[in-house]
Amino acid sequence: MAGIVTKKQKAKSQRGSEESPIAKWTLITIALLFVSVFLLLPLVNVFYQALSRGVSAYLDALKDPDSMSAIKLTLLVAAISVPLNVVFGLAAAWTIAKFEFPGKALLITIIDLPFAISPVVAGLMFVLLFGRQGYLGEWLDAKDIKIIFAVPGIVMATTFITFPFVARELIPVMQATGTEQEQAALTLGASGWQTFWHVTLPSVKWGLLYGIILCNARAMGEFGAVSVVSGHITGQTDTLPLRVEKLYHGSGAASASAAFAVASLLAILALLTLCIKSALEWKAERDFERAQQAVPDHSDSHA
Amino acid sequence: MGFTLFYLGLMVLIPIGGMVLKVVHMTWADFWRYTTTRRAMHAYELTIGASLAAAAINAVFGSILAWVLARYHFPGKRFVDALVDIPFALPTAVAGLTLANLFAPNGWLGKFLTPLGIVGAYSQLGIVIALTFVSLPFVVRTLQPVIENLERETEEAAATLGAGRLRTFFFVIAPGLFPTLLTGFALSFARAIGEFGSVIFISSNIQYKTEIAPLLIFSLLEEFEYNAAMGVAVALLVISFLLLGSINLIERWANRFQT
Repeated sequence: MAGIVTKKQKAKSQRGSEESPIAKWTLITIALLFVSVFLLLPLVNVFYQALSRGVSAYLDALKDPDSMSAIKLTLLVAAISVPLNVVFGLAAAWTIAKFEFPGKALLITIIDLPFAISPVVAGLMFVLLFGRQGYLGEWLDAKDIKIIFAVPGIVMATTFITFPFVARELIPVMQATGTEQEQAALTLGASGWQTFWHVTLPSVKWGLLYGIILCNARAMGEFGAVSVVSGHITGQTDTLPLRVEKLYHGSGAASASAAFAVASLLAILALLTLCIKSALEWKAERDFERAQQAVPDHSDSHA
Repeated sequence: MGFTLFYLGLMVLIPIGGMVLKVVHMTWADFWRYTTTRRAMHAYELTIGASLAAAAINAVFGSILAWVLARYHFPGKRFVDALVDIPFALPTAVAGLTLANLFAPNGWLGKFLTPLGIVGAYSQLGIVIALTFVSLPFVVRTLQPVIENLERETEEAAATLGAGRLRTFFFVIAPGLFPTLLTGFALSFARAIGEFGSVIFISSNIQYKTEIAPLLIFSLLEEFEYNAAMGVAVALLVISFLLLGSINLIERWANRFQT
């Protein structure tokens, strides 16, 4: 009699905290199907189409001078806008996490603005400022400085779009570490700069790295805003994503597979970004576990 | 701090302020005319409709995905978890390119779907597909941590009191997750509204049919119709800010729920 009761209770408590195996595996199957069709298949397709005409055609498509100049331009733009946003991200996160001042919530909202604005609208804003019809258009024309339909415009639009990434990753990390360590360093006689370099920066390095790779991925892949300000001059103001579009609209199967060849470079960048991101998350998790293990050891030795 | 404010002003406030100033210079009647042309109305309707559809698809499948990733163990889980971030990492142009190719009549999926009458490329459905792809991670990533932190005890209590698993889910688990789901839905919707890159690859971009609002702005700029472009841009901005505001409200409401 007692045996029956425990058996029944066991079955019930299992049902309480878990779904039946049928429901569980149905859900897993739906999730896996959705992921394979919507995420995995498009990714595999990029590489399949890129290599569909053979490896030599793939390499030729990449060696095309216009594609090469697109690669160089994309690297150049990222090399300027990512460091700018890293410096800003550090300064902004530092200000927000370590100081109290009125208007802090407003500042955070403003930092998030580029996320809320459509990239095309962002591009439009820069055209209105620097374009021929814009505020500074005539003055720039007179000085013969080109910003719109030239590289400076692309850099500015990219910087605007990727503006929040580093700051957003750093703010929660800096807030979590608090100000005690810095205050200790300062009382021990360190200068503000030394404190920042030896205390603050090491404590946020993983968050910073995470922000940088996300910022970089977006900077290299941005399409909408850059498309508006670039002018699409082949070999001069085409970045990689714009080059993909131009090849895609070009005629013939060769042009289409060349579009995929160039796109595959961006897809490799995306995969690298994800790998680094997963590695960072894994590392953070391990550090966290270690820290948790270290705490009881510590109290034991005291006892 | 001075540097932060200076850079912020330079990079963000001047461009936005510049546009607002230009718009203020327009007369109200002109502005209204530009924002509500028949072409623009079609574009808003399509943009909002397709974005809502994409956000709804993501709400359903994103919830399942978040649940599966948070609660179950199965081979390849880490890999699937990493894959969810693909839409964040993959440039939108590449996403549009490969999706258009997959759903084209001779593509891997289009081959089977087109004979069934499901035309995924160069159609309104294509726009929904592209928007679903780019806004996919939002629902999953907002729900996942919340599901992980749910207290198992409440579910067990419900079960001990005699509730079946379905009943527990709908009356105990679901109400607590709803505000979070709504946040994910709104984030997904907001992202889809402004999306440009992926859509122009998969859509045929025909006026009154498959022209989304960001594309309309782009086309107007190419025609040097700056004022008309600004009109539509402001309309789009207002929609985004309203969404941002409602997301904040929902989050505040959700926080009250969870404590």
